[in-house]
Amino acid sequence: MRTLAALLLAAALATPAAAETILINNGRVVTNGAGGIIENGDVLIVDGRISAVGANIATPRGARVVEANGNFVTPGAFAAMSEVGLSEISGSGAPNDADVEGDLISAAADAGRAFNPSVTAIPVTRIEGVTRAAIAPSAGGSIFDGRGALVSMNGAADSVFRDRAFMVVELGEAGAGRTGGSRAALWPAFEAALRDAREYPNRYRSGQGGAVLNEIDAEALQPFARGQGFFLVHIESAADIRRLIRFKRANTSLRFVIHGGAEAWQVADELADANIPVIVDPLSNLPDRFERLSARLDNAALLHQAGVRFAIASAPGSIDAHQARLVLQLAGNAVANGLPWDAAFAAISRGPAEIFGATNLGRIERNYLADVVIWDGDPLQVTSAPTAVFIEGEEQSLTSRQTQLRDRYNPRTRRR
Amino acid sequence: MRHRMRSAIALVAMLSLAACATTGADTEAEADGPVPFASTYTPRPSTATLIRNATVLDGNGAELANSDVLMRDGRIAAVGQNLNTEGATVIDGAGRFVTPGIIDAHSHLGVYPSPSITATSDGNELTQPNTAEVWAEHSVWPQDPGFLRAVAGGITTLHVLPGSGNLFGGRGVTLRPVLGATTVQEMKFPDAPQSLKMACGENPARVYGSRNSSPATGMGNVAGYRQAFANATRYAQRVEAAANGEGEPPDRDLEMETLAGVINGDIILQWHCYRADEMANAIQVAHEFDFEIAAFHHAVESYKIADLLREEGICSAMWADWWGFKIEAYDGIRENIAFVDAAGACAIVHSDSEVGIQRLNQEAAKAMADGRRAGLEITRGQVWTWLSRNPARALHIDDETGTLEAGRRADVVIWSADPLSSYAVAERVFIDGALMYERGATRDPPSDFELGQTYLRSAR
Repeated sequence: MRTLAALLLAAALATPAAAETILINNGRVVTNGAGGIIENGDVLIVDGRISAVGANIATPRGARVVEANGNFVTPGAFAAMSEVGLSEISGSGAPNDADVEGDLISAAADAGRAFNPSVTAIPVTRIEGVTRAAIAPSAGGSIFDGRGALVSMNGAADSVFRDRAFMVVELGEAGAGRTGGSRAALWPAFEAALRDAREYPNRYRSGQGGAVLNEIDAEALQPFARGQGFFLVHIESAADIRRLIRFKRANTSLRFVIHGGAEAWQVADELADANIPVIVDPLSNLPDRFERLSARLDNAALLHQAGVRFAIASAPGSIDAHQARLVLQLAGNAVANGLPWDAAFAAISRGPAEIFGATNLGRIERNYLADVVIWDGDPLQVTSAPTAVFIEGEEQSLTSRQTQLRDRYNPRTRRR
Repeated sequence: MRHRMRSAIALVAMLSLAACATTGADTEAEADGPVPFASTYTPRPSTATLIRNATVLDGNGAELANSDVLMRDGRIAAVGQNLNTEGATVIDGAGRFVTPGIIDAHSHLGVYPSPSITATSDGNELTQPNTAEVWAEHSVWPQDPGFLRAVAGGITTLHVLPGSGNLFGGRGVTLRPVLGATTVQEMKFPDAPQSLKMACGENPARVYGSRNSSPATGMGNVAGYRQAFANATRYAQRVEAAANGEGEPPDRDLEMETLAGVINGDIILQWHCYRADEMANAIQVAHEFDFEIAAFHHAVESYKIADLLREEGICSAMWADWWGFKIEAYDGIRENIAFVDAAGACAIVHSDSEVGIQRLNQEAAKAMADGRRAGLEITRGQVWTWLSRNPARALHIDDETGTLEAGRRADVVIWSADPLSSYAVAERVFIDGALMYERGATRDPPSDFELGQTYLRSAR
């Protein structure tokens, strides 16, 4: 009998569970929505979506009940910028699809078409409660790094759920470095590229060609230059941010999100007025570049006070393929420096979902996709970890290559 | 080449080298003159201070509830309950935690300072694979704004190393993060030995292999170590023989002096090494040439050879969770620190980062939590040994700092809450009993570089 039961269990586990009905019982539910935090709340998941959330939800017939035992139940974290899935090993001469060298392709570089859902970093990321990520390439051939995508951490073949969602552009020190070393050339180069893109394909078919972009990059840039999709702008300094605000005022059809923004706190009111969201790094407090001499730890808290829309992720230059899981620690440090907890958690879940236009993610509310994590403690504490992770209602394995190594070498169980 | 005789001046210098060989990290000092680049550190003025009724992690493995810490004359005077407050400034520690200051055994503050530009990238003398002759302290820029941030994270001592591009990167230095210091000598931890930074693995092989010179491979790395130590052994023998009146000493050679210092134990060895098999090879080199390794740094795979490291008495300085950025970091696991500790080997949490150094307590907290989830029993008191006592051991300053034992230097942090938490911040940091940092206190930035910048200006 036991063998038969084990076989049946194994068969059940092997079956895709997307259609499973799950009731998460008695959690401290962070809805990220109008419901706020619901103590002793239940979450009902049907067909991969949140069906109901609240107190004392009746268990539907056939539903699997998962006890949360009063622990945190939250939306999955959304890494607002990462290179996860773009390499197995990022250095050592190993293949790294995040880095595009040469000048054949820049704006046209397409992270979604490089993403590999089988890299070991995905389970490593997922088991720490991160269920989604925005990814982007780094192309060095022009001021455009390429087109970013939105991906799930479920490791499935269809993990890329939005392609070409945004265009990364360097409009700070790094950008200046690609236009002869000066911002004086950077902005004219940016404007010329936008013209090339808007006039694609005519100027290319006429033989005139682009002023700064080749035909491939101009084609890729065109929708963004027309206001379809947004520019993710790498800038840090208050002066550069003011330039962007002025530029946006003169180019109202274009949409911008700032990534970096170490000095954004100095222009917080202007950013709020201009409705430009910022993705900030709460650990960025060193004057390590001349564009962020005024970086400080309470940047996120000050932006929040001013009503700026923001999300939390590592700064440009610190983005990598392996540590997207650290967004939770980043948010915790924002709390340590004055950001309210709810705002900090939202900045790594609902905030990125809204900024990237994934409007069915980031909340535990009816009809949202059921990316749900149950924790053994406060998710923003470095000591906490998930006890269960669901992506679109499917319970994820909590095994990774790292946990397998751990189990192989655990001194409690290792054979001597 | 390196051993030829040159002059009587060199003879005198080398005789004095041998004479000084037992006095610490001054193997090259001339007997009659001052020790070059000696520490001029003096503790800041302090008053007797009693922190009352706090939770104390003593750095030696214990957690003491509702306890007092008394600092007097720059030293820990007592830790206990209901200590006599007479003559002492009293700080209410209720709800707070008190620990020894964090010691980062692996920092590049000062040698890779902020701002990071070509001219300030001063930590890797990538001109030949053996630059044992260079000293990190000669590249340290005392105005690095990173020192202030480190102190604000509870750092009271840090070991600044050259980079890892060379087999022999040069000498490391143990510093006090003295805010407002204008010379590195003001920051040098008195009587702390210097280290030699060595490197295994990909970095030196990449740097020199790409130049079509040796080392280009792991085997080239090991050959490079062995030939250098063979030369240094001979050099040290000739110095010693000359000191005993047998023959002439070799010409003074700064590179050989450093390696000879490792062989005779005056200079402690800090060895960048990720992989278990490469650490085992390094241990073989140490046995062959009869020197000691204080610590392997980065040591991503120490958990695979924790028993060997315990038997050898070698510390592992580790990150909590860095992995995957190169192939030699591929097997990083979150339980590395806890597994090394569980084997009875010396575990250290290090940063190698101007960001990470600001919150090593959080990195230790991760390792604690993950170790517990793997089934290990780990106390908070035990965790703090990874942050203070064990790095003090690896730096050979454990008689002076790293625990709250009476008589130790009063390097003390008052935390707002349990420091093994994301939300705790260092409220006060004492170095030698003097208040070096107080959170929220408004003051001009201690670094001249930051003076006049806008980072302290109000947001509104």
